[in-house]
Amino acid sequence: MSVTEIEPGVKVRTPAQIAWTRLKKNKVAMVSGFIALFFILAAFLAPFITNLLNLTPTAQYSSGIADTGIPIGSFGGLSLRHPLGLEPGVGRDLMSLLLYGSRISFTVAIITSVASIGLGMIVGIAGGYFGGRVDAVIGRFSDLVLSFPSTFMIIALSLPLTQRVEAAHIARDNGARVVVLVVFFVIFGWPAFARLVRSQTLSIRERDFIMAAKAQGASGRRIIFKEILPNLWPTAIVFLSLSLPGFLAAEAVFSFLGVGVQAPSSTWGLVLSDAVSYWQQDPAYLLIPSGMLIIVVLSLNLFGDGLRDALDPKSDRA
Amino acid sequence: MLKFVSRRLLSSLIILIVISATVFIIFNYLPFDPARLACGKHCTPEIVSGNRHRLGLDVSWWMQWWEYLKGIFVGRTYGQGAAMFTCPAPAFGYSFNQHACVSTILASALPVTVSLAIGAFIMWMFLGVGLGVISARFRNTWIDRASNIFVLVGTSLPTFISGLLILLFIVLKFNLISPLDLGQWHSPLTAPWEWFTSFFWPWLSLALIYAATYTRFTRSNVIETSSEDFIRTARAKGVSERKVLWKHTLRPALAPILTIAGLDFAGLLGGAIITEQIFQLPGLGRLTLQAALQDYDLPIIVSTTILAATFVVVANLIVDLAYAFLDPRIRVK
Repeated sequence: MSVTEIEPGVKVRTPAQIAWTRLKKNKVAMVSGFIALFFILAAFLAPFITNLLNLTPTAQYSSGIADTGIPIGSFGGLSLRHPLGLEPGVGRDLMSLLLYGSRISFTVAIITSVASIGLGMIVGIAGGYFGGRVDAVIGRFSDLVLSFPSTFMIIALSLPLTQRVEAAHIARDNGARVVVLVVFFVIFGWPAFARLVRSQTLSIRERDFIMAAKAQGASGRRIIFKEILPNLWPTAIVFLSLSLPGFLAAEAVFSFLGVGVQAPSSTWGLVLSDAVSYWQQDPAYLLIPSGMLIIVVLSLNLFGDGLRDALDPKSDRA
Repeated sequence: MLKFVSRRLLSSLIILIVISATVFIIFNYLPFDPARLACGKHCTPEIVSGNRHRLGLDVSWWMQWWEYLKGIFVGRTYGQGAAMFTCPAPAFGYSFNQHACVSTILASALPVTVSLAIGAFIMWMFLGVGLGVISARFRNTWIDRASNIFVLVGTSLPTFISGLLILLFIVLKFNLISPLDLGQWHSPLTAPWEWFTSFFWPWLSLALIYAATYTRFTRSNVIETSSEDFIRTARAKGVSERKVLWKHTLRPALAPILTIAGLDFAGLLGGAIITEQIFQLPGLGRLTLQAALQDYDLPIIVSTTILAATFVVVANLIVDLAYAFLDPRIRVK
């Protein structure tokens, strides 16, 4: 019996390195990845950037606002001093508003994605690995959760639950609203990922290396953490990058509808709902934030697609 | 088959019962007291407790739940003596804020939402499936690339942005609907043209988003099916290209799309909150939003939530049954 040996001089590449090489070749994915990264960094460095440009997010630059409440100058008062113009009416700097706002949006999206993936991972592995009654109960429960009209529940319960969170001294005002939103997004977000993980665990469980591990007397814990879990990371990473833009847009939608973060804080949704009343006099105030939101979501989606192709080239882009 | 149908019917019924019970439990433990909210300015504890009794809130959540379910079938009577009034079956409770039975309020909102859902559904099915088939047929040509761009933008565009841009920069800019007429309900029976024009733009803004997903899905399904052996066999037999596409490819390729379509349609029937809000259409979604954010009208919120869940559960059931009817393998599982 001969053992195949790696010839000397042949470079061994880990699966992660192979995926990275593939990703680097995909120009669209790389460019959109950089754009997405740029926006995320800009959001989390918001205080630093506004300081650097000598802008204050709460300051009212009333000298740039005409008596009608509309910013002076074309495209909503675009200038070197205010790169994205001014907010009509109050006269705050639009770029600082959007930077600070997107920090909230990205925080919600990231926490929500990571938490739903964590929860979905635990539940999915449990269902797929143990099977039988555990799987049946989990399956029924996630079916039930998915049957709830999530948007309705979030809208109907956000107001009273925000008060509950405040009464319990967990967080206040917008902090409490963000907590409620995140909890809701996670409650309705995990079943989708749990299903995916379950089906993958089912197929991994039947593979030969699991049988080999079992034959060697590996414990259930070892099989789950050392044999199954590493095979699920690519799925989790792809799901993360594709669910981020979804939750980002969802946060914008809810704050647009008046559920979630409220003034004086500012998120994409709030700016847009405010911009509706100025659309005729100051269309730039509406178009700049919507354009930015579309670019962020689009680039995150494109990067996620590229990541999926790189990590799992066989996967079908349905 | 009968066994499968009865089992699916039973499980749907159980899900509905659990959902409605959960909704009652959740709202029962909220810090909001509808009896207080219905009380008005000169409020005394006596009025609050009187309200509570009249609304049927002075009993446990499961009694309230039971009364609610019973009301759907036999109607419900509130109060006593001269102040007595009845909501005939199907009764979904009584809204003190609007001084009306919830069933009356729902009955006026439902046609709006149904109109919106049906029109948008027809539009996105034609647009999405059509574009998907075309781009699969002409794979890697400029048509395919153009449809790919449409898919990318469509799937990344949040509904409220597409709706807003269409409303502001098309409808209002070119005065297609006067601002005062926005959200005015026209019955398709008495004023079909007004009904069509008032719904056309909301349909379009919803359909664009859904169509993008359907284009992507149809394209990949058609491509996958056309590489199957039975397509090769059909071509080898000399079946015409047109027949290969319509009879052999599309039938198996479109079956899974109908499943998703059924669920998406049911989701919209529960109320397209964002589109209804932007175009000010007085449907179920806008009704819920106003009830939740303005006066916290609990009977309305409970009913629209349960109604939306019912649509989804029933659609799931219909899709499953239709599938079992079409594909015998499913019945055995």
